[in-house]
Amino acid sequence: MSKLRLIIRREYLAKVRNKSFVVMTFLSPVLMVAMIVLITYLTKVNDSEVQIVSVLNESRYFHKEFLPSESVSFIEFKNINIVEAKDSTISLAYNGLLHIPETMTVQEAAEEAFLYTRDSPSNTILNRLESIFKNRLRKSRLRDIGVSDEDFARVEERFELQTATFDGERNLKGVNELKAFIGGGFGYLIMMFIIIYGGFVMRSVIEEKTSRIIEVIISSVKPFQLMLGKIIGNSLAGVTQFAIWIFSASILLFVALLLFDIDIRALGGNPMMDTGNMGAISEFPQNGGQMQEYANELFKIPWLLLLFSFVVYFILGYLIYSSIYAAIGAAVDNETDTQQFIFPIILPLMLAIYVGFFSVFSNPHGPIAIGFSLFPLTSPIVMLMRLPGGIGEGGVPVWQLLLSIVLLILTFLAIVWLASKIYRVGILMYGKKPTYKELYKWLKY
Amino acid sequence: MTPILVADNVSKSFGEHKALSNVSIEIPKNCIYGLLGPNGAGKTTLIRIINQITFPDTGHVYFDGKPLSPKHVATIGYLPEERGLYKSMKVGEQALYLAQLKGLSKNDAKTRLKYWFERLEIGDWWNKKIQELSKGMAQKIQFIVTVLHQPKLLIFDEPFSGFDPINANKIKDEILELKKNGTSIIFSTHRMESVEELCEYIALIHKSEKILDGKLSAIKKVYKSNVFKVGLQLEGNINGLIQKLEDRYEMLDHDFDSEENQLNFTFKLPTASTADVLIDLGKEANVVHFEETIPSANDIFIQAVKSKEI
Repeated sequence: MSKLRLIIRREYLAKVRNKSFVVMTFLSPVLMVAMIVLITYLTKVNDSEVQIVSVLNESRYFHKEFLPSESVSFIEFKNINIVEAKDSTISLAYNGLLHIPETMTVQEAAEEAFLYTRDSPSNTILNRLESIFKNRLRKSRLRDIGVSDEDFARVEERFELQTATFDGERNLKGVNELKAFIGGGFGYLIMMFIIIYGGFVMRSVIEEKTSRIIEVIISSVKPFQLMLGKIIGNSLAGVTQFAIWIFSASILLFVALLLFDIDIRALGGNPMMDTGNMGAISEFPQNGGQMQEYANELFKIPWLLLLFSFVVYFILGYLIYSSIYAAIGAAVDNETDTQQFIFPIILPLMLAIYVGFFSVFSNPHGPIAIGFSLFPLTSPIVMLMRLPGGIGEGGVPVWQLLLSIVLLILTFLAIVWLASKIYRVGILMYGKKPTYKELYKWLKY
Repeated sequence: MTPILVADNVSKSFGEHKALSNVSIEIPKNCIYGLLGPNGAGKTTLIRIINQITFPDTGHVYFDGKPLSPKHVATIGYLPEERGLYKSMKVGEQALYLAQLKGLSKNDAKTRLKYWFERLEIGDWWNKKIQELSKGMAQKIQFIVTVLHQPKLLIFDEPFSGFDPINANKIKDEILELKKNGTSIIFSTHRMESVEELCEYIALIHKSEKILDGKLSAIKKVYKSNVFKVGLQLEGNINGLIQKLEDRYEMLDHDFDSEENQLNFTFKLPTASTADVLIDLGKEANVVHFEETIPSANDIFIQAVKSKEI
């Protein structure tokens, strides 16, 4: 047992002292926050620029329609011809010239209107102009069939369906998505962790092979002990790194927000550690009462259950995948040979994320969501996306949760057993890249 | 005295490939035992079985009379042929780590390391990384790590590769010193001159089978073929002498040095008794030298392997 501790300690220190690891640990939060700040800043700058379109309107229509908006404003030319209008638009460096020729009807005027720009027009301008025309045309047609402007305004009323559960509890729109998003955040965290730190385990195995120290070590300890020590040591290093990231990124983000006076709500779908709260909040309407209700919903999420299952799924999922990574590292001689073996392990992870985001979001308890949350290679991610809905009635049935954990544990035992066999043989094989067939043979040595 | 290690009918296959078939060897205590054989013969597999890195399909291994078990790991030291150290780890830390894996306490390991560092003139490399060291220096550290926990049985697989002649000699002296202090040593190599120099016992493994083993001196007796090297100082003329000798003996080759008037030749006698032959030769000329040629380990190696292949 104390040998295992020694190995874990060495692996941990070797990883933590590694220069690139240290640099990554302290640079990543800075880079991440800098990127967020930059994006927000650029978006702001971009949005605050007002584009100007000159209008040469020779028809009788549309004269009161061109009202300035946040991003587009209009300047009307009068008593000049189209050529002069074009010249002055260019010389004044406006963003475009809208020409409406003289016509008999509003319909014709709209059809013959032309927008001239230096190159292809921006979407902001196009959308604005098109909506102006659309509105005006609709109004005139309604007036033709006898609907007044006031009536039209009244018809325009927005409508949203109110929903409630059978218990009479009011439902909030998007709460399912919100919950899946929080679960998805945890699932995503697991995936990132597996890919990054599984890779560390693999590289560390390859390093032992290439430096030829492996045979010295396994004459003192069992290969399985070494593999386990490696996996645990590297994951502890990973947890350390994640903790530093989350801690320093939160501080940096907070400082940056204060310094640059950036509205938190302006931050869109945000870095992984905060997907839960921030991403969700910004997606929904922001008036006070509803905010409160969303907050209530957030409190209703079974956080304890969620955290507990996160730990269970995280540990089991990580152990399964990283022992596969260790086996791959043992099977090959250098990192370039790993590609063919890595793809099949990344595949279920990606599948889990995509299935999760597409299928679980829309229906957390549909057959696909259930299937993938039971299948052991995807369940750590997909089940976590379903769990924020709670367990038992209205949530994930208890049997599904238990079955999925039992399946995961069985798979874990099987995979670790297989991986340690491949590992044991692979670490002593030098000089060639094995095929899948050979790997199968190794299981029987 | 119970042998330090006994392998009893050990077999091991990897899939179709048979790596060892029914190999039995006995390694006496406090000797240097040469494990010889061409590449791919199965030496490394046998060594790995002794180190419990792999396990035999059939057969048993006994360490000091008891079945080999995981606790014996601490009493065996192994220097593999494919060897290395963590490149980016510091020398001292690494040596401590490997010693602790062998079951030494940290303090013991430190004192012993200091002793060995001085002894092999490694000096103040404690805080240097392995990648900053020369290959020979790294090999020395590897050697120290192997012997640090004072194992009862040491296994060296090609120990001299990577050393310059001076350091190779130093390591050889250390191996002899360890033997003097009671350690049993298994020595696997292709370098026959070091076998000749160091080993008292040898075993020859070829194509997964043991084809020869025993005390080196005894094996040599078996393999010697009564071939003698003779030098005759002639007083008179060479004429007819060669013919005379060829009539009487099975001559292998001869060479006449006309300046010195000396005839050198080798011949093979039907028996090992030489008294009559010497008298006979003494009648013809002065016998300058008369010496039996004993086969070298290299000759035995080649001969044994060849005879197996026919």
